[in-house]
Amino acid sequence: MNNALSFAECSARERIAALFDAGSFHEWLPPSARVMSPHLAQLGVPSAFDDGVAVGRARLGGQPVFVAAQEGEFMGGGVGEVHGAKLVGLFQRALRDRPSAVVLLAESGGVRLHEANAGLIAVSEVMRALLDVRNAGIPVIVLIGGRNGCFGGMGIVARCADHLVISDTGRLAMSGPEVIEASHGVEEFDARDRALVWRTTGGKHRYLLGDADQIVADEVPAFREAALRALGASRPLTLADLQAEHRLLAQRLAAGAGADDAVELWQQLGITNAQQVPDLNAAQVHELRQPAAATS
Amino acid sequence: MNMSAELESLTFEFPGTQVVAGFAPVLVGVVGSGNLEVLLEAGAGASCRFDVQTSARGFGTIWAAVCRDFHLRHPLAGVRVSIHDMGATPAVVSLRLAQAAAEIAA
Repeated sequence: MNNALSFAECSARERIAALFDAGSFHEWLPPSARVMSPHLAQLGVPSAFDDGVAVGRARLGGQPVFVAAQEGEFMGGGVGEVHGAKLVGLFQRALRDRPSAVVLLAESGGVRLHEANAGLIAVSEVMRALLDVRNAGIPVIVLIGGRNGCFGGMGIVARCADHLVISDTGRLAMSGPEVIEASHGVEEFDARDRALVWRTTGGKHRYLLGDADQIVADEVPAFREAALRALGASRPLTLADLQAEHRLLAQRLAAGAGADDAVELWQQLGITNAQQVPDLNAAQVHELRQPAAATS
Repeated sequence: MNMSAELESLTFEFPGTQVVAGFAPVLVGVVGSGNLEVLLEAGAGASCRFDVQTSARGFGTIWAAVCRDFHLRHPLAGVRVSIHDMGATPAVVSLRLAQAAAEIAA
């Protein structure tokens, strides 16, 4: 019986409290500051005192880090104008104060559609701010393990980071299952088929493809260990890196040609017993990846 | 603007007897479906003031009863209770209020 605290079941604030050094979190723009969405009340939707994201500084293994945690239960973690501005402010402050890392506990459906263009602009500003921090040699570490996964604009933000950790139950993608089904039809993608959804967007798939650097079990201590391992994992963005990434994507596209399902893609990538992958645990999937794909 | 989409704002104030020594603001709960967030802060005066914003309109008498019931058990003085509600049931509201009170007592 494993009684480790589930990352997925925790709120954003519970994750911060349990993942970083005890009592080390100091929040900026806390709930009592009431920096809230200027849009939601006009639509009859209750605001949150923190607009769905907690930002601040903490310590991780004694090292000073900056922290942001998105609350998936509030508007699906959607990024609104204020939510995005808090993330941007955190990254910009990191440029000035140079913490050992910025750790983003991402759980989001992407842009908060209620805030339309303000949310879209906010997400693009978050990307720019994150890349500035990465370029300055301060590692940005993204942890994905919330029940809502990490989708849309935040999926792109996550892949802009230096290092990405995902649980086997975590999910990462651009368009979510319902969006694909709505735009391409249920025969193309059945959003109610949970096994299909996890094969296509789940942590195992992301790790095997090289989109995630580490795969962990859905446990807060496992995420903490993974984040500790990632401290110092700075990957300044260079032209050579971008070209290598494009080659990887081209290889994946070629390998996936004719593959109708993630299992076929895993086979093409040389994973033995690919059909067994959905039944494996995070540690077993960790063992599967080729050393070549693990360099990051 | 469709006026029926407006949030309802409610305010209640009860004279309190249980003075709480200065405390850092406490937040419990999340604004999610059937849930609410409760922010407890030190307030001026000797009363306990409730400010409620809810998406479920027309339940003012039940909110009054739930807040009064909480205040009977925790007659806090000099405390401000701010609530953002997304259709939580009275039982959930009572539990969140008790959770917040427990945090400032701890």
